[in-house]
Amino acid sequence: MCSVASRGSRTAWRALRADALGMMGFVIVATFIAMALFAPWIAPYDPLKIDVAHKFATPSLSHFAGTDQLGRDLLSRLIYGARTALGIALTATGIAGLCGILLGIIAGYGPRWLDALLVLVFDSLTSLPMIMLALAVITVLGPGTATLIFVIIIISVPGYARFIRAQTLSLVRSDFILAERVMDASHLRIILIHLLPNVAGQLLIVLSMDIPIVIMLEAGLSYLSLGVKPPTPSWGNILYDAYIALRQSPFMVVVAGLPLVLATLGFTFLGEALRDALDPRLQLKVIR
Amino acid sequence: MLNYAIKRIGLAVLIIFLVMLAMYAMVFLVPGDPASLALGPRATPELKQALMESMGLDKPVYVQVWNFFRNALTGDLGYDVWSKRPVADMILEVFPQTLFLGAVALGTAVVLGIGLGCLAVLWRGSLADRLLAVLSVSMISVPSFVIAIYLLLIFAVWLGWFPAIGAGEAGNVKSQIQAVILPAAAIGITWVGYIARLVRASMLDVMGANHVRTARAFGLTERKIVLRYALRIAIIPTIAILAVGFGSILSSAVFVETVFSRPGIGSLITGAVLKRNYPVVMGAVLFMTAFYLFVVTAADLLMAYLDPRIRDVLRG
Repeated sequence: MCSVASRGSRTAWRALRADALGMMGFVIVATFIAMALFAPWIAPYDPLKIDVAHKFATPSLSHFAGTDQLGRDLLSRLIYGARTALGIALTATGIAGLCGILLGIIAGYGPRWLDALLVLVFDSLTSLPMIMLALAVITVLGPGTATLIFVIIIISVPGYARFIRAQTLSLVRSDFILAERVMDASHLRIILIHLLPNVAGQLLIVLSMDIPIVIMLEAGLSYLSLGVKPPTPSWGNILYDAYIALRQSPFMVVVAGLPLVLATLGFTFLGEALRDALDPRLQLKVIR
Repeated sequence: MLNYAIKRIGLAVLIIFLVMLAMYAMVFLVPGDPASLALGPRATPELKQALMESMGLDKPVYVQVWNFFRNALTGDLGYDVWSKRPVADMILEVFPQTLFLGAVALGTAVVLGIGLGCLAVLWRGSLADRLLAVLSVSMISVPSFVIAIYLLLIFAVWLGWFPAIGAGEAGNVKSQIQAVILPAAAIGITWVGYIARLVRASMLDVMGANHVRTARAFGLTERKIVLRYALRIAIIPTIAILAVGFGSILSSAVFVETVFSRPGIGSLITGAVLKRNYPVVMGAVLFMTAFYLFVVTAADLLMAYLDPRIRDVLRG
């Protein structure tokens, strides 16, 4: 599996270098990851430090992107916003991916009745409008970062589980699994040594292509004050602050929207390039 | 066909039932009761008791679930916690606005998307084709509420061409159309990109088909082949996703209606979620889910009626 993975990543890297757009996506994504990781060192100010005397400042040498309605440095807030966005996106898709693998293998490998039941649940969830589902869960649990992560998991798991289930079903019928069974291998061995490595790699591409959607959801719900709570900087609530101050400081809106545009574009370009290199059959998703 | 129809409709009804059951289950699994959450720190025991009773929360869970479904079937979705108005009335009052917004957005997206897709096929392999591909992906990936805010800033605040808020004066068609343009553009742009990509891909498949080759052998111009022969077949997958598109557009309306302060089901739900106004959220979510499933199921049945191959998929 290790050699397959490294061959996969080498193919991906070669394809990326040949694809200008994919490379651009890679650079943007790498920049945002660096911003998220090194936020305390890169950000010129404390993102929460209020300085009302200098509110709505236009860009200057001391504040490259100006300040917001409380005089907080906008650039620092946006840099920390990358931390929030990527932190939530990676945590949520990571957990969702693991749950998807677990449930997908159970459905594909387990008894028929369990499969039928799980598929019904998956299909019910995927046939709902995503945002409606999110709003319903938020009403019950109350807005906040934990709820947001939970919502993203609920929305994404059925799709991943469906994907893993399909992969598992086709693998279970393959000759090498049959051979293992004939040799009286335990179910655990078949699942851990044969199914898991074969299905997990595929799912990674799907996960990476979903990241822009998750970033969008986080920002969108935070924009509606239903996600990350202020004062924690999130691209969504920064954009909301800017929107409220639209007429006083139009510049703030222009800057506050940029990271979202760049991040969603960057992740999509990168995801598309990886998809083309590794598995061209996958489709770009849109929000339901 | 009848078999297929029964299965599809049965599945949709089952899903709606499961959704509402799950929502009820969540309400009861979560610590803190809806009444004190809605009332917040002002809750006195008497107020809470009154609210619990008015929301029917004092009865056993199965009675509540039963009542909810029985009432929902007769069009009674309960009452707003604060204004005491029937939720069904509130929904029906604003739903036409959302429907209008969605229809304008999807209609425009279909026309523009098919147009761009055809252009990309006509110019396939050229620089313009590649630029269109980048443009389509960009339109798909940038969030609609960010586009909405930029459109608002440029065309409403700076240029002043369109109103920044509201849905136009009631009865004044011109002002209503002016007010719908920016929000519709913000929601529709994702689908312009999506449809353009879809049309391009399915048309490129068709371009290798026998009847296209024959048309070419007859010496028809490329434009005529694309528009008259390829498009007719390539458009089928596009029609198939329009129902899903409509549902998704109605969902994105949640964001865009808030940006433009437009009355609509989206702003109704968002406001209710913020105040944890359970009956309104439950009723509106049920309504939107049912509407979405209705559109998607109807489209599926229509496609299955037109193309028997689709029916076999469910059977297999």
